[in-house]
Amino acid sequence: MSRRPLIREVPPTSWYFRQPRYLRYMSREITSIFIGAYCVLLVVGLQRLAAGPAAWEGFLAALKSPASIVFQFLCLVAAVYHAATWFNATQKAMPIQIGEDFVPGNLISGAHYAAWAVLSFGVLFLAGVF
Amino acid sequence: MTPLKERLVQLEVLRYNPDTDTEAHFQRYEVMCQEEWVVLDALNKIKADIDPTLNYRWSCHMAVCGSCGMMINGEPKLSCHAFLRSYEGVIRVEPLAHFPVERDLVTAPDDFMEKLKRVKPYVIPKEKKPISEGEYKQTPAQLMKFRQYSMCINCMLCYAACPQYGLTPHFIGPAALTLAHRYNLDSRDEGRKERQEVVATHEGVWECTFVGACSEVCPAHVDPASALQQMKITSSVDWIVEHLIPGGKS
Amino acid sequence: MRSISTDVVIIGAGGAGLRAAIALAETDPKLRIALVSKVYPMRSHTCAAEGGAAGVIKPDDSFDLHFDDTVGGGDWLSDQDCVEYFIHEAPKELLQLEHWGCPWNREADGSVAVRPFGGMKKKRTWFAADKSGFHILHTLFQTSLQFPSITRHDEFYALDLLVDDGRCQGVTALEMRSGELCQFHAKAVIIAGGGAGRMFPFSTNGAIKTGDGMAMAYRAGAPLKDMEFVQYHPTGLPNTGSLLTEACRGEGGILVNKHGRRYLQDYGMGPETPVGQPQLKTMELGPRDRVSQAYWHELQKGNTVTTQWGECVLLDMRHLGEKKINERLPLVRELAEAYLGVDIVKDAVPIRPVVHYMMGGISTNTKAATPLPGLFAAGECACVSLNGANRLGSNSLVELLVFGRRAALSAIEHVQSAPAPNATALNACAEQTRSRIDELMTRTDGIESMSGLRREMMDTMEKNVGIYRTEEGLQEGVNKIHELRQRYRRVKLTDKSSVFNTDLFQVLELGSMLDCAEAVTVGALARKESRGAHQRLDYVERDDKNFLCHTMVYHQGLDVPRVDYLDVVITKSPPGVRDYSGDHK
Ligand SMILES: Cc1cc2nc3c(=O)[nH]c(=O)nc-3n(C[C@H](O)[C@H](O)[C@H](O)COP(=O)(O)OP(=O)(O)OC[C@H]3O[C@@H](n4cnc5c(N)ncnc54)[C@H](O)[C@@H]3O)c2cc1C
Ligand code: SF4
Ligand code: FES
Repeated sequence: MSRRPLIREVPPTSWYFRQPRYLRYMSREITSIFIGAYCVLLVVGLQRLAAGPAAWEGFLAALKSPASIVFQFLCLVAAVYHAATWFNATQKAMPIQIGEDFVPGNLISGAHYAAWAVLSFGVLFLAGVF
Repeated sequence: MTPLKERLVQLEVLRYNPDTDTEAHFQRYEVMCQEEWVVLDALNKIKADIDPTLNYRWSCHMAVCGSCGMMINGEPKLSCHAFLRSYEGVIRVEPLAHFPVERDLVTAPDDFMEKLKRVKPYVIPKEKKPISEGEYKQTPAQLMKFRQYSMCINCMLCYAACPQYGLTPHFIGPAALTLAHRYNLDSRDEGRKERQEVVATHEGVWECTFVGACSEVCPAHVDPASALQQMKITSSVDWIVEHLIPGGKS
Repeated sequence: MRSISTDVVIIGAGGAGLRAAIALAETDPKLRIALVSKVYPMRSHTCAAEGGAAGVIKPDDSFDLHFDDTVGGGDWLSDQDCVEYFIHEAPKELLQLEHWGCPWNREADGSVAVRPFGGMKKKRTWFAADKSGFHILHTLFQTSLQFPSITRHDEFYALDLLVDDGRCQGVTALEMRSGELCQFHAKAVIIAGGGAGRMFPFSTNGAIKTGDGMAMAYRAGAPLKDMEFVQYHPTGLPNTGSLLTEACRGEGGILVNKHGRRYLQDYGMGPETPVGQPQLKTMELGPRDRVSQAYWHELQKGNTVTTQWGECVLLDMRHLGEKKINERLPLVRELAEAYLGVDIVKDAVPIRPVVHYMMGGISTNTKAATPLPGLFAAGECACVSLNGANRLGSNSLVELLVFGRRAALSAIEHVQSAPAPNATALNACAEQTRSRIDELMTRTDGIESMSGLRREMMDTMEKNVGIYRTEEGLQEGVNKIHELRQRYRRVKLTDKSSVFNTDLFQVLELGSMLDCAEAVTVGALARKESRGAHQRLDYVERDDKNFLCHTMVYHQGLDVPRVDYLDVVITKSPPGVRDYSGDHK
């Protein structure tokens, strides 16, 4: 008798239920659907704007519908979650070495969060929120 | 002093013997263990006292030889570093995922060995100098730059954790790519360009979707995910220099 | 039977085997090299070595000093021509590793850093944190991948040497994953099979260190030399036997008994040095044999600490501080924390001596050649007589490199002049292995349990051939091991499968260990003196008149082996007093 290695197949559609970390990963990937959808919304907005003031007003009104608000809220959550995973990854992707030591990872990620906050405030400021 | 605490441990071990079995099955063992033991100790006791036909690999019992990787309750672990005290109830022990099973807990690592070789994990020197001229100078800072990535014990737990490797087996995978990165970062080396032919491809770093599981399971704190992300950045920079900057050459 | 024809076969892919393979490939790229190993190369036990590797490199050091430390450390049982060759090759080999990428720790100016080690008069131990062996092994393995002439046969269990016409010309091996028996035909064979510490119950050695290489050569007629010298390392974790490297003490860790006294000062290694300022070659930096023996005396005096894992002394490193510990001894911290639940930053660790290293092995000369033509050996399985009666920590990793390479050069020389192997004769020889394995696989009258015999062997070795030995105990040991060898013929193989049958390999390994154990006990009984690691309560003095010689043990089938002696080579250092007191300065 001799070798007859057993191949244990990875279930192609359900593998992400095997471990919580795979589910976390999939949820991060799924956020891109919301972000993609929001991009489509922005493009539609642009198109409405080009179509004249009436169309634009209609678009703005539609944005205020409860369904739209729920959708935008979901998009915001997804975007924040996605952004957070990105910022957390920066410390891995862009380590900074000073002499023998590395700058602590959460400082690098923290700097990204800080920049994010500053930029967001800037945008809100320009938008006249304050 | 208090005597050592003992506890009856139940293990459910995947068994497969190609000589007699067409499929794998689980076998339940009950074995008296000391509280401070690791899963490997329990397996050793089973093999010595209960069932000599149970097969698995191990050697160092100190998490450095990389032989004893297995799935313990679904999680890739070194069995010599999986403490019984962290498990309750029946402990399920299976061979490392994503590798063919030769027998019981023994898998075939051929694919990993082949990939390791492909990334050229050795110094390709800038200029070869004779031994009589002494060492290449390398400051502690230059050493620290790559040291973490030289700690890989080749245990392949990261391959067992990586869904990408499981789904697309041509992926070179975390440990081998990380070793390429280790040599790329070494001040004595000038082989990055040669390695890029393998690394910066769709079998290489671009197959990685940054699940990050590799770094979570790595027992040697190598953090392969970080190496792969860094390689993606440098590969992108290469591409930009080559394609977008006039006269640029990577 | 599958037959593989090649030029040189290497058995073992640890530090010694890999170094030999690379040297062969570099020297003559046309040579076909078969590298046979029962584990994948990076699993070899060289990976467990922590502390480092010794080689003269710094301006305040000299070859003469390394010579004196090694010869004195070995209690004058080292062959001095061998030591001379070794110390000069050592720095070259370590530099070679540096060129191949080994991540040695560095000084601020980029030169390699060295640390103090037991029994060494100067700092000369190169290190890669406390994973030196690991980095050496992986550097060698990864470097070896660039040579197409090295064909690896991973997970092939080597069985018997093929000897024809008085020359060693190959080996038989089982491919573990298929169970297929193979034979390798070659003009030269290099054994690099590692040590045999597993014949003891409490050891720092991995499961693979079962002395197969030694036993293989021994059965083929090559003598085993100085097997009675078994090194105990003073600082092992009391439950798993995992090693806490000597670098713990090199960096400034101290040993204390239950009264908090640094007891080494009471055993010729004093006076006490200031805590945290280790001085070379005294107190905690005394040689391993002395430090381990001091534990035994403390045990007799009732000065040890009783723990749930038995009687211990304490290794205290708290004063080194967290930063230094993390930088220099990260693995030690991890091991003590994980397996014992002690954080060395906050508490002293209980430790006790543990079997660590075989000074003895296959008898080789300075060219790494055994008395059997065509057979070479290097690494822990060989006894080239560098280490004498007690190895100095950090000499062994370098020995792998120096004599691994040397074995390769000698093998090439031999290959150039040796006639081609006679395949028919070798086939006939290999058939004997086949019948041996077939008999074992089909044995129906097996009554002895493998794990039972193994336990009895281990208990015998611990009880009768420990740190201190007596005539009575050794005689009992000899008798018992002899009995176990007879009973081994009726050992029962439970698993009869062909694929990855570890039951079979464990039975075979037990056979190797029993052969080695017999050589150890017989050698120890015959050596009626105390020298280095061989300490007898009934002959407490070193006896240069009668025993300044190597023990040579010859296999005699199932009978008690034959013991003979060989003179020690003394060139310039006549036997003297081993002085480890800090006083004399
Ligand atoms: C925990 C520990 C720490 C140490 N620290 C140090 C230190 O700091 N400094 C120092 O100088 N020394 C140290 N030593 C000693 C040194 O590490 C060893 O002596 C050395 O690594 C042995 O190397 P080797 O190449 O001879 O054998 P190994 O590395 O043990 O390799 C043996 C090889 O032989 C193969 N083999 C064995 N039997 C067979 C068979 N039947 N068929 C096929 N192949 C076979 C194995 O597969 C393996 O590849 C330490 C040892 C231990 C255990
Ligand atoms: S990167 Fe970590 S998990 Fe992967 S093989 Fe290396 S040590 Fe194992
Ligand atoms: S036995 Fe070596 S890593 Fe577990």
